[in-house]
Amino acid sequence: MSGPREFLTLSGRWVVEARRALADGPTWRGQLFPQMKKLGVDSVPVAVFVAVFTGIVLALLSSYMFTRAIPLYFVGTLVAKAVMLELGPVLTGMALAGRVGANVAAELGTMRVTEQVDALETLAISPHAYLVTPRVLAATLMFPMVTALAMAVGLLSGWFTAVNLLDLTSVEFLRGARQFYNFKDIWFGLVKSASFGMAVATLGCFQGLNARGGAEGVGRATTRAVVLGCQAILVLDAFWALVLL
Amino acid sequence: MIEFRGVSKRFGEKVVLDGLSLVVPEGQTTVLMGYSGTGKSVCLKHVVGLLEPDAGQVLVDDEVVNELDYEALMQLRGRIGYVFQFAALFDSLTVGENLALGLRRRGLDPGAVTARVTESLDLVELPGTESRYPAELSGGMRKRVGIARAIALKPRYILYDEPTTGLDPVTTAAINDLMIRARRELGVTSLVVTHDVRSAFAVADRIAFLHEGRIRRAGTTAEIRATDDPLLREFIEGALTGEAV
Ligand SMILES: Nc1ncnc2c1ncn2[C@@H]1O[C@H](COP(=O)(O)OP(=O)(O)OP(=O)(O)O)[C@@H](O)[C@H]1O
Ligand SMILES: [Mg+2]
Repeated sequence: MSGPREFLTLSGRWVVEARRALADGPTWRGQLFPQMKKLGVDSVPVAVFVAVFTGIVLALLSSYMFTRAIPLYFVGTLVAKAVMLELGPVLTGMALAGRVGANVAAELGTMRVTEQVDALETLAISPHAYLVTPRVLAATLMFPMVTALAMAVGLLSGWFTAVNLLDLTSVEFLRGARQFYNFKDIWFGLVKSASFGMAVATLGCFQGLNARGGAEGVGRATTRAVVLGCQAILVLDAFWALVLL
Repeated sequence: MIEFRGVSKRFGEKVVLDGLSLVVPEGQTTVLMGYSGTGKSVCLKHVVGLLEPDAGQVLVDDEVVNELDYEALMQLRGRIGYVFQFAALFDSLTVGENLALGLRRRGLDPGAVTARVTESLDLVELPGTESRYPAELSGGMRKRVGIARAIALKPRYILYDEPTTGLDPVTTAAINDLMIRARRELGVTSLVVTHDVRSAFAVADRIAFLHEGRIRRAGTTAEIRATDDPLLREFIEGALTGEAV
């Protein structure tokens, strides 16, 4: 790819193709569940790993901040709010951007440079319907689910840390967590993560399908997919904070 | 009938096709020969709309390929089988699935798909390989699976990109025989790109020689055999005496 003009042409064509592909259910339906498993379920360990440590660090940091003036049970409040509103969706998104973005870009990039994408086209199968749509849908559906799990794990690990390493009882922690709880906290996080999933998968597919020039080109596409995926998450995060909060 | 009318194509500064005109008559086998890197594969890709000409037109059944809308292009691709130079098998699918994908797309029921897959693999002398993955096959076997994938569709047109390169003499003979039978028994119109001069004379009704972006000579097999064009003589004789092409 070179220059903004070519990028615009490619993106414009992409939108047209994406709409047409979505209508072509029979082609992508069979791919959806395998992709949900590959991009979502298989990402659970990474997400849980990130969430456990996020919970621990949040609990420790907030107890350090809340000396004297603020009662210690606010540790629960901060852990809950931070995990649900921000760190759950964003850190999970980042972790998955690495995994999902790289996976998608490398796979589609390899298919592109080995002419498998061309072969699909000659069979009158749209690469958008067969490859892109199921991946984007799967990521859009699975990011929120993995994020929901990560939120739960982050809360639990924060709770566990508070009870075992800080002078806090379960009752106090939960009181803090409930204090300013708002149902919006959860769905705000989940809506965000759905948009992250869509962006990460779309960027991965876009970079992959536009890869050029052998193994090196695939490597470049993969790197770019991950970097752009992470940037997109940060930009979207700010966008949603502006729009929804 | 496939017809190239003054087709020009360049990649960046590199002019590959420069006003190329060629007619591939109905029901015949036309062989396209030429030195490496002269644009033979590029020619084939224009026929199914994988590449678009910068100038000129490619016609299939009197339809201009690069002016077709999406639906019409899909229909056109449904009539054309494409054998890729490097097979371009879907490496995440088994051999059987590779063949079945296009058949299902054309609406065959599962029983008919299985029968057609078996039949096509028999034709390329690879019976019983349905459940193997492309990575487990030799280069020559992959190539033959690629041929099977194209002929399984029973298309009216088949484009072969170097179908016999890298195959042993016995398999080469079998593939030549397959191409001859496709023409004789099914009336398939073929455009065959090959370096293999023996194979070309065995299967061709007409031969065209691509040089510097245009067809330098085209004619019946007998005419090409008797040509006085020094460049073409060198190509043919060099190949027949076993020197490098
Ligand atoms: N997608 C592409 N982008 C840029 N250049 C290309 C592309 N496809 C082909 N080319 C260039 O076009 C020229 C012709 O390529 P092509 O693959 O058609 O050659 P060929 O005649 O099939 O050669 P061979 O016999 O080695 O297969 C080459 O110089 C190649 O580098
Ligand atoms: Mg070639």
